[in-house]
Amino acid sequence: MNMMTPNETGFADLLKNGQTLKQFRDGIIERTQKTGHYNGLEKLELRDADPIGYEKLFSKLRGGLVHARETAKKIAASPIVEQEGELCFTLYNAVGDCVLTSTGIIIHVGTMGAAIKYMIENNWEANPGINPGDMFTNNDCSIGNVHPCDIATIVPIFWEDRLIGWVGGVTHVIDTGAVTPGSMSTGQTQRFGDGYMITCRKTGVNDTPLRDWLHESQRSVRTPKYWILDEKTRIAGCHMIRELVEEVIRADGIEAYEKFAYEVIEEGRRGLQSRIKAMTLPGKYRKVSFVDVPYKHEDVQVSNAFAKLDSIMHSPCEMTIKGDGKWRLDFEGASRWGWHTFNAHQVAFTSGIWVMMCQTLVPTQRINDGAYFATEFRLPKGTWCNPDDRRTGHAYAWHFLVSGWAALWRGLSQAYFSRGYLEEVNAGNANTSNWLQGGGINQDGEIHAVNSFEASSCGTGACAVKDGLNHAAAIWNPEGDMGDIEIWEMAEPLLYMGRNVKANSGGYGKYRGGCGFETLRMVWNAQDWTMFFMGNGFMNSDWGLMGGYPSATGYRFEAHKTGLERRIANGESLPLGGDIDPSAPTYEHNIDATAQVKRDKQCMTTEDCYANHDLYLNYLRGGPGFGDPIDREPAAIEKDLNERFLLPEYAGKVYGAVFSQDAKGTYTVDAAKTRARRAEMRKERLARAVPVREWMKEERERILNKHASTAVQHMFATSFALSEKFTKQFKDFWNLPADWMVSEDELGVPSYGSKHRMDLSLMPDVTTVVQVEE
Amino acid sequence: MSTYTNEQVAHLVEGTLDWETTFRMLSMPKDNSRFKQYVEALQKKVSFKDRIVLPLGPHLYIVQTDRKQWVTKCDCGHEFCDYRENWKMHAHIYVRDTEEAMTEVYPKLMAPDTQWQVYREYYCPSCGALHDVEAPTPWYPVIHDFEPDIEAFYKEWVNLPVPERAA
Ligand SMILES: [Zn+2]
Repeated sequence: MNMMTPNETGFADLLKNGQTLKQFRDGIIERTQKTGHYNGLEKLELRDADPIGYEKLFSKLRGGLVHARETAKKIAASPIVEQEGELCFTLYNAVGDCVLTSTGIIIHVGTMGAAIKYMIENNWEANPGINPGDMFTNNDCSIGNVHPCDIATIVPIFWEDRLIGWVGGVTHVIDTGAVTPGSMSTGQTQRFGDGYMITCRKTGVNDTPLRDWLHESQRSVRTPKYWILDEKTRIAGCHMIRELVEEVIRADGIEAYEKFAYEVIEEGRRGLQSRIKAMTLPGKYRKVSFVDVPYKHEDVQVSNAFAKLDSIMHSPCEMTIKGDGKWRLDFEGASRWGWHTFNAHQVAFTSGIWVMMCQTLVPTQRINDGAYFATEFRLPKGTWCNPDDRRTGHAYAWHFLVSGWAALWRGLSQAYFSRGYLEEVNAGNANTSNWLQGGGINQDGEIHAVNSFEASSCGTGACAVKDGLNHAAAIWNPEGDMGDIEIWEMAEPLLYMGRNVKANSGGYGKYRGGCGFETLRMVWNAQDWTMFFMGNGFMNSDWGLMGGYPSATGYRFEAHKTGLERRIANGESLPLGGDIDPSAPTYEHNIDATAQVKRDKQCMTTEDCYANHDLYLNYLRGGPGFGDPIDREPAAIEKDLNERFLLPEYAGKVYGAVFSQDAKGTYTVDAAKTRARRAEMRKERLARAVPVREWMKEERERILNKHASTAVQHMFATSFALSEKFTKQFKDFWNLPADWMVSEDELGVPSYGSKHRMDLSLMPDVTTVVQVEE
Repeated sequence: MSTYTNEQVAHLVEGTLDWETTFRMLSMPKDNSRFKQYVEALQKKVSFKDRIVLPLGPHLYIVQTDRKQWVTKCDCGHEFCDYRENWKMHAHIYVRDTEEAMTEVYPKLMAPDTQWQVYREYYCPSCGALHDVEAPTPWYPVIHDFEPDIEAFYKEWVNLPVPERAA
C-alpha cells in the first residue's frame, strides 16, 4: 500500500501565529512602506530601554559570526576559501532579512536573503517542508545568486518548535561543472552551460546531508574533494551559529532576541542615512563605466553563432543624495544583457554593493539589510543588471558588477572631496582581473580545475592625499590576499617564473593608482591541460578622478612550444621576472625563436590547450589615479622610478619629470628643471586642444555619418532600445535630427535576444521576488 | 567625535598630514566642522579674492564673485560658467583617439583600443591645468558629473549661512 504522508502539504504554522511566512513577510513590507521605518519600528524599544544589553547582544552575535567563519574556514581545503577567505556567514530573521553578517564576501547579505524569500514566496513550508535540522542549498543565479560558484547552505533556526530565523553560509567553490573548468568560466553563453544549478533544494534533514545530494553533487563538478570539504565548512559554520543563537536566547530570553532581530535592521537603515549625511553632500552625481566583451575573436570559442560579436557593457549611474540623507541609484540607459557569462541578477547588484560600501561609506560591523531599506534602487528590466530572460549566463557577473560600481566610487569621492574629507577619496577600484582559470589532469594525476585568486590583490584607487595601495585588494573581498606562491604551486600545476609589481599599471595622477602585479607561470607536470584568460583589454572600466588617468588596460601573453624543457636542461637563458615593458618585450628572447606567442589585447578567451613548459602571464590590474599628473611631487616620481613601478619614458612624457640616472642605475629627479618642463607642458596641452564646442561639431558629424566601430554602435543600440529617456538625452545633447537612430538590425551582427525574451516569472508556479524599481 | 586643528586640516589639503592623524580621520566618526576649516584653508591658498562656496577639484571651485554670482572657476582665476552649467562645455579638450596618442601615455598594449574607448582630457583654457580625464566610447555625450544642492548642504547639513547669491 502506498500511504501518503500528511506532512507534505497543508499549512505548517511555522511561526505559531496562524500566519504563513508569506503573510508575515507581507505585513513587514507593508509596515515598512507605510512608515518609512523597517517593520514600522518608529521606536527602538529594546535599544532605548536597555542600550547596554542591546550592545551586548550585538557583540555576542557578531563575535560569534566572525568566530564561526574563522573556525569553519579551517575545514576547507580549497585555497580560495582557506587562503583567500572567500566565505561568509549571515544571520537572518524569519522573513530572510539580514540581522548581522560575518566578515568576508558580504555580498551574500542579500543573495542568501533572496533565496530565503524565494522559499517563502513559493510556499516551501508546505512543500518540501521546513523543519528543524533541515538544510537547503542554493546557487541559482536567476533568483539572486551572483554566480553559480557561490554555493549557499541555508539552515532554519527554531526555538520551541517555532521558526525564528535562518543562518546561511556561502563559499566560493573552485568548479561548478560548467561547460569549461574554473568557477567563473567564459565558454558558455547561457545558464544551461553555467554548471550545476541548485534552486533552494532541501539537501539535508536532521543535520545530515541527504545521500542522493552527496552522490549527485560531487559527480556534477570537476573537483569533488574540494566540493565536499567546502560543504562541510558551510554546514559546520551554520550549526555553530545556530547553537550560538540558542545560547543567546537561553541567556537573554526569546523576547529580547526577536526584538533585536528586527530593531537592528531599523538601526542599520538609520545608520546608513546618518552616515550619508555625515560624509557626503546632497545633489546629483552622474558617472558611467564600460566593459569590453570581445567575443568575435577566434580564441573565443562558443557553441552559438549568435554569441559571436563584439559588444560593450554600458553602466550609466545617476546617484541622487536627498536632503534627508536617503539616496537613489538609477541605472537608466544601461545596455541589455548578453550571450556571455557577465550578466547580473538585480539582487547581485543591490546586495553586492555593500561589499563596496563597507570599504567606504559604512566601514562598520553594522552591515545588514537596513542599508538596503535606506536605498532606492532603479535597475531597468532587460538591462545587464536586471535581465528579463531566463536563459542568461552569470558565471562571472562580477566582471560587470565591479565595473558598474567603479562609477559609484567616483560619485561618492566627489562628495567626500567637496566636503573636505579628503582622506576618504578613492578614485575607484581596479578591474579585478586577469582570471587565470583552466583544468585537466593535475600534478597528482587527478581531474582538476584551477581558478587563481591572485586577482584578490589588485591595485587600489588613488586617494586625494596619497597613492593607492599596490597589489593590495579587490573590491569584492575587503580582506583579499594574493596567497602564497607555495600554496598556489600545490594547488595548480603551474610553476612561478616571476612575480613582481607591474610597472605603469596604476593610473597616473598627482597621486597615482596602486600598481597591480604580474606572475609568469610555466605549466609543469600536467596532462591534457587547458587554460584561458578573462579580463579587460580593449577598454578600461576604471576612470581616473579630477585629472587623474584611468589605470592601464589589460593585455595577454601566452607562449607554446617554448623549448624550455631543453633550455632548462642545458642551462640556457630563461624568461624570468616581469614583462617589464611590453613595448620592448624580453620574454621572447629567452624562449625558442620558433615558439608560438600570443601577445595582444584579446584578454577574453576560452579553454585552450597548454603543454608542459608552456607559459602564461597572469597580469593583475592597477587602480586609477587622482589629480593632474604634473602636480605629482618629484620625490614620488623618483621613488617610483627607483622601485621600477614607472618606466622612465613615461616619467618624462606624463609627469614632466626631468631626471638622470647614475652609474649604479639610481634615478634622480631634478625639481627645478621639472618645474620648467611642466610650464612648457601646459602650453603644449593648450596648443593641441580645442574648445569643447568646436570638437563637438566634429563629433556630431561622426554620429550623423554613423562613423564608429560596430561594438560602439551596438552598445548605443541596446541602450536606446531599452530607454526612451537615454535616447532623448543623447539626441538632445548632440542636437540630432528626429529621424536619427541606431538599431541592432542595421549593424550586420547577430541580434538574438533583441526582440524575443522570456522572463523566469512567466514559468508556471513561480513567484519571483522583486526588490528594486524596474 | 574627533576634532582637528586648522593647521592639521591645512596639512591634509597639502597632502602633508602625518599618518597617525590621517588614520584617526579615517577611523573615527567624522568632524562636522571640517567643511568650514577646509574652505578656510583653501581660501588662504588661492590667489583670487572670490569667496569659495564649494571645492570641486584640486584646482576647481564654485565661488561667489564680487557681483555675488556663483560661478565655476579655476584656481588660476579663469571663470568657466555659471555653477549650474557643466564647466566642461567651456573647457578646452584633447581627445586621445589614435593608437599613437594613447602610446604617448601608456606602453604598448596597456591603453584602450581607440575603436572602443577614447580618453578626453579637459584643460583650463587659461593655465592648461588638467581638470578631468573622461574615458568613454566615441559618441558619448560630455558628462555633467555633479549638480550639488548647495543651499540644502549649508543650511541643513553643516549648519552654516548660505553665501549670498545674486538672482
Ligand atoms: Zn586655469
